[in-house]
Amino acid sequence: MSTTAIDTQVALNGALNRNAPLRQSAGVQVTDYENRQTVGKITVDNPKMVCREVNVHYGQKHAIKNVSLDIGANEVIAFIGPSGCGKSTFLRCLNRMNDTIPTARVTGQIKLDDDDIHAKEIDVVQLRARVGMVFQKPNPFPKSIYENVAYGPRIHGMVNTKAELDDLVRESLERAGLIKEVEKRMLEPGTSLSGGQQQRLCIARAIAVNPEVILMDEPCSALDPIATAKIEELIDELRENYTIVIVTHSMQQAARVSQRTAYFHLGDLIEIGDTDQIFTNPRHKLTEDYITGRFG
Amino acid sequence: MQPLLLLTLLLLSVGAYHLGRKRAFAVAGGQIRNLHSLPGFYGFYAALWCGLPALAVLALWAIAQPGILVNWVVAGLPPELQNLPPDRLNLVVNDLKNLVSGNFVSSASDPVMVEAANRYRQLRAIGNAALWVAVLSFAIGGIAYAWRAISPALRARNRVEGIINLFLIASSTVAIFTTIGIVLSVVFESLLFFRQVPVSEFLFGLQWSPQTALRADQVGSSGAFGAAPLFAGTLLISGIAMLVAVPIGLMSALYLSEYATPKFRAFAKPALEILAGIPTVVYGFFAALTVAPLIREIGAAVGLHVASESALAAGLVMGIMIIPFVSSLSDDVINAVPQSMRDGSYALGATKSETITRVLLPAALPGIVGSILLAVSRAIGETMIVVMAAGLSANLTANPLEAVTTVTVQIVTLLTGDQEFDSPKTLAAFALGLVLFAVTLILNIIALRVVRKYREQYE
Repeated sequence: MSTTAIDTQVALNGALNRNAPLRQSAGVQVTDYENRQTVGKITVDNPKMVCREVNVHYGQKHAIKNVSLDIGANEVIAFIGPSGCGKSTFLRCLNRMNDTIPTARVTGQIKLDDDDIHAKEIDVVQLRARVGMVFQKPNPFPKSIYENVAYGPRIHGMVNTKAELDDLVRESLERAGLIKEVEKRMLEPGTSLSGGQQQRLCIARAIAVNPEVILMDEPCSALDPIATAKIEELIDELRENYTIVIVTHSMQQAARVSQRTAYFHLGDLIEIGDTDQIFTNPRHKLTEDYITGRFG
Repeated sequence: MQPLLLLTLLLLSVGAYHLGRKRAFAVAGGQIRNLHSLPGFYGFYAALWCGLPALAVLALWAIAQPGILVNWVVAGLPPELQNLPPDRLNLVVNDLKNLVSGNFVSSASDPVMVEAANRYRQLRAIGNAALWVAVLSFAIGGIAYAWRAISPALRARNRVEGIINLFLIASSTVAIFTTIGIVLSVVFESLLFFRQVPVSEFLFGLQWSPQTALRADQVGSSGAFGAAPLFAGTLLISGIAMLVAVPIGLMSALYLSEYATPKFRAFAKPALEILAGIPTVVYGFFAALTVAPLIREIGAAVGLHVASESALAAGLVMGIMIIPFVSSLSDDVINAVPQSMRDGSYALGATKSETITRVLLPAALPGIVGSILLAVSRAIGETMIVVMAAGLSANLTANPLEAVTTVTVQIVTLLTGDQEFDSPKTLAAFALGLVLFAVTLILNIIALRVVRKYREQYE
């Protein structure tokens, strides 16, 4: 009992004991690293993406430390953790968005299906067409609703005729659950929509290029509860066709939409497992502290 | 003016500030929180009461004193001088003033005048002494008033800020009134011109030969004030300048904002902006002595006749001068496109060039248009380069290899040298200025509106 109290204190002070005792044990897989463990099973049976020993440095800052995990096909996996824990940074590794930050350096192996995304023969443009992304703040281009969705198919030469493009735009908007609201106003600027509609427009824009994986970086943090509910519903539907990785600050949201959850802390992957298990029965002290609201 | 008096007044005000502060502390019983305002405001309150009324008295006195003194002195002159007609009397007064300031005048030997001058000096000395007394008593009276007025409930901050507010308003209106004054003077002179030369002839006439006869039988007495060749020349040179400045400026803006490393950008952007800091007269002789002969030689080599002073030379150099306007402003607006737009585009698998041409440029377009319009109005108003490199002959031509002249150059030539101020020749300069002003004003208004519209887009 006294040990637990001390550990909590240490964790709260930020000087974290990465080898804090597991709450309980039998049959739990633990991956050991130099100075910490990842609790839980990092592998899945049919992985879509496989990440091994991923490290990210921003200049001097070591933002992601030796993170390994699998992302299963057609699953929704949630990354949770306190601010600055590296979950967004890790997400941006998956479609190499960190390439746009001059000081960022990514090492380790990340595979999409069987392709190493850092391999020379992989074109980052192709990769991003396969791994789409939706951002924290809705960022429609200052163009019409139609043009926002048509942007991706156009630059990738996915359609040959205007009619095909029309169909593709309609279909994408339909999948994003936005078609009814914008059918009559396709030529109005995307910025004229409400926040929630803009975010669904961004999702439609992402799925228009027919990606295999969709990365969502806190997609609901700028939205009201009703718009959030719509997006969450949409994520659940999209799972049928896509693999989705979502970063969220809302633990309820992670619990509602995801099948697996990964808990990050100061650049370390602390615990990963089925969402049900993580939220009902966290095995690592830090995970438990975070989801019970003791810090974060 | 009275520098010593002003200095005294300033010192008194400083003293008043300290007195006011002290008084505030005293009435508050040493507790600042008993006061409505901070003690400094009570200090300023006292200083303003000391300085402002006294300054007003000083200003009024300075305006009124000379007139009053002259009247008194004139009243003391012998009747035969007093009863002169007003213009002759004016001459006498002028003589008198010169005598007073010790200049040599023809009437120096006239005892009446010498006596009058002495009287003037005497009166002035008395007046100045009275001024000291009046100003200082107003200053001290002001301090006394403030001393009595300061109480914990006095809203010193509000009063002081009110006065400061007035100062700010006055400062901001200086520029506005100056502009209005300039516009009015140009408009009135132009009206005088249009009374002599019809507007339609001025705007659409094809012959520009601004001269007026001194005598009716003079050779070449018929002036022609058709400004069309000037407008054409201005357009031609500005057009060439924009052909140089817009592509180069835009591309350097794109490079700086999207491709350049931060290190290179930190060096290159200020370096480009130095171009804007070179005096235009330096560009002028660069154009006239280096570029124009070069163009003529190249032209001769390929068998073209190029005038020594060509629109091309002036336009090219002017274009280079304007590059920083386009590049710096465009760079700013491209940078102002939110990073989220770039991220959104990259995340869809767009390349850098696709992102630039399909997202960034359309998003920044209004701002870029604004920067180009500002550059155009700069090009139209540019004078020095054209004076030196483009020549003075008002040819109506679209050939950039010939000499042309522009509106600004003609204004310069019309107004240099000794001129009558009521001849159409001089007045034509005001009419040209009016046209120039109208065009650049319209361009600036359009540019500002376009830029403002752009600003609203992401908010």
